[in-house]
Amino acid sequence: MSSVFERMLESLRNWNGALDGWIVVAGVLCAAACALVGSFLVLRRMSMMGDAISHAVLPGLAVAFLMTGSRASLPMFMGAAIAGVLTAMFTEWIRGAGKVDEGASMGVVFTALFALGLLLVVQAADHVDLDPGCVLYGAIELTPLDTVRVGGYDIPRVVLTLGTVLVLNLTCVLLLYKELKISSFDPALATTLGINARLMHYLLMTLVALTAVAAFESVGNILVVAMLIVPAATAHLLTDRLSVMIGLAMLLGAVSAVLGHVGAIALPAAFGYESTNTAGMMALMSGLLFALTIVFGPRHGLLSRLRARNS
Amino acid sequence: MLTESAIPAATRPGAVPQPSVTVETEGRDHSPDSPLSIHDMTVAYHRKPVLWDVDLDVPPGKLVGIVGPNGAGKSTLIKAVMDLIPRTSGRVRIFGEPYRKQRHRVGYVPQRESVDWDFPVSALDVVTMGRYGRIGWFKPVLRRHREIARHALERVGIADLAHRQISQLSGGQQQRTFLARALVQEADLYLMDEPFAAVDAATEKAIVRLLQDLRSAGKTCLVVHHDLQTVSEYFDHLILLNMRVVAHGPTAEVFTHENLHKTYGGRLTLLSEAAEALGREARRT
Repeated sequence: MSSVFERMLESLRNWNGALDGWIVVAGVLCAAACALVGSFLVLRRMSMMGDAISHAVLPGLAVAFLMTGSRASLPMFMGAAIAGVLTAMFTEWIRGAGKVDEGASMGVVFTALFALGLLLVVQAADHVDLDPGCVLYGAIELTPLDTVRVGGYDIPRVVLTLGTVLVLNLTCVLLLYKELKISSFDPALATTLGINARLMHYLLMTLVALTAVAAFESVGNILVVAMLIVPAATAHLLTDRLSVMIGLAMLLGAVSAVLGHVGAIALPAAFGYESTNTAGMMALMSGLLFALTIVFGPRHGLLSRLRARNS
Repeated sequence: MLTESAIPAATRPGAVPQPSVTVETEGRDHSPDSPLSIHDMTVAYHRKPVLWDVDLDVPPGKLVGIVGPNGAGKSTLIKAVMDLIPRTSGRVRIFGEPYRKQRHRVGYVPQRESVDWDFPVSALDVVTMGRYGRIGWFKPVLRRHREIARHALERVGIADLAHRQISQLSGGQQQRTFLARALVQEADLYLMDEPFAAVDAATEKAIVRLLQDLRSAGKTCLVVHHDLQTVSEYFDHLILLNMRVVAHGPTAEVFTHENLHKTYGGRLTLLSEAAEALGREARRT
């Protein structure tokens, strides 16, 4: 047993402040940005919309790759935002047009767009330096390799992108906190008060799309869904106040990111293996925190409910 | 408990919408003083009409009940008035102007089931929301807004529950929270969708008292109601609705057996037909 522990410690002794540090920073920024918008998705019971949009931005990205031949550009973000909003609009439109429920219309729209995106990415991979595997689990480990010089410091490009989106999300949520709150809780009332719930819906969808793009290179197209939904769902079990829930979701996401990278290095080492994929471990850790909350949560947890029933 | 059915009444066999009989005739000229004036309004979902040619004026300072069978379009009527559902045709005026110019004068109490009560907000938070339209875009909620909300909670008798998460309120307390939220809107016309649904007797009394207070203050309340037993007691005016306005006027004049039969008649016919058929079957064997 002690040797297992020693092996884990040994693996972490190679921790490199510059390399691993930046990976953790990217993970934390990504988790925080996702948790901010994810909280509203969870509360609107639209978690699947996060799934749909994060998949559907792929064709937007691919078109931008093909058109500009680069991975870091404003057009890329715009393409993704347009694809995200189109997903939300198509979903609404198909549901309104006929006998297709929201789940099915979402399924139709995002799988079709994702498939189109995948085809385009495979096509683009011949011309642009783009790995289709990145779609699945991102490439957060490559974060420190691609840097931009800002004010005398070499800052990873991914960290800048994620930081920008986090600031954007924070600004929108802080400025439009009460508008987001009321249109999530009671869209009809919001609309009668002059706060257009539909407008807020599309604003949130745009933020989700931008966040999904920023997170794309770090955690990939699929695992971003975990970062959007799981910390927010965990936080919802822990508090009855919206502001606390959003803060907790960001914190839980950040903790998952740190544990994720540490775990990706140390856990396989315990069994004598090489380090594993950080993004996958981040998502796994957020799932673990959720499972712990479901069992040990103070009020909604299984144990406390069992105790309440027996007393 | 009766709940709103998804099937419009007229798609059921035997339910034939009756032509409109308007007792009150002076309301036909659509005076600008009327808190709510609806002119030839038709509303359809997926091209299936839900409301036909609704044409009425609501008199000011009155408690007005809307009754009719499930699927008669009662909720649709008030939602269409507030532009929450598009109108196929017709015109709505609130104090003589279109709704979008008068939205601050209209308070809305939606059906209790329309929101997620697990949402992480307190009763006070929900009541404060009634103020959001007046606070304005981007501006934060301040202490004085919460003071107004606390006052409203006092008026409906649940100030002590202000900080409780809303799923931990009883049905009656949730309904009172919604009413308090409408109060802080400080409207002149209130549209209430079944405020009496599934509430305890104490809450029902409290709501009636509140409605009477509002009327004394010159406000007009349009209330969707299900319990025919209490109609005469609670409401000055009545709208009998079954896709069309069957009758509309002072309760004493329009709350008659004949009008009720016209409003709910389809279903009664169906029931008596079934009974007759059963009787024939019984005689034969």
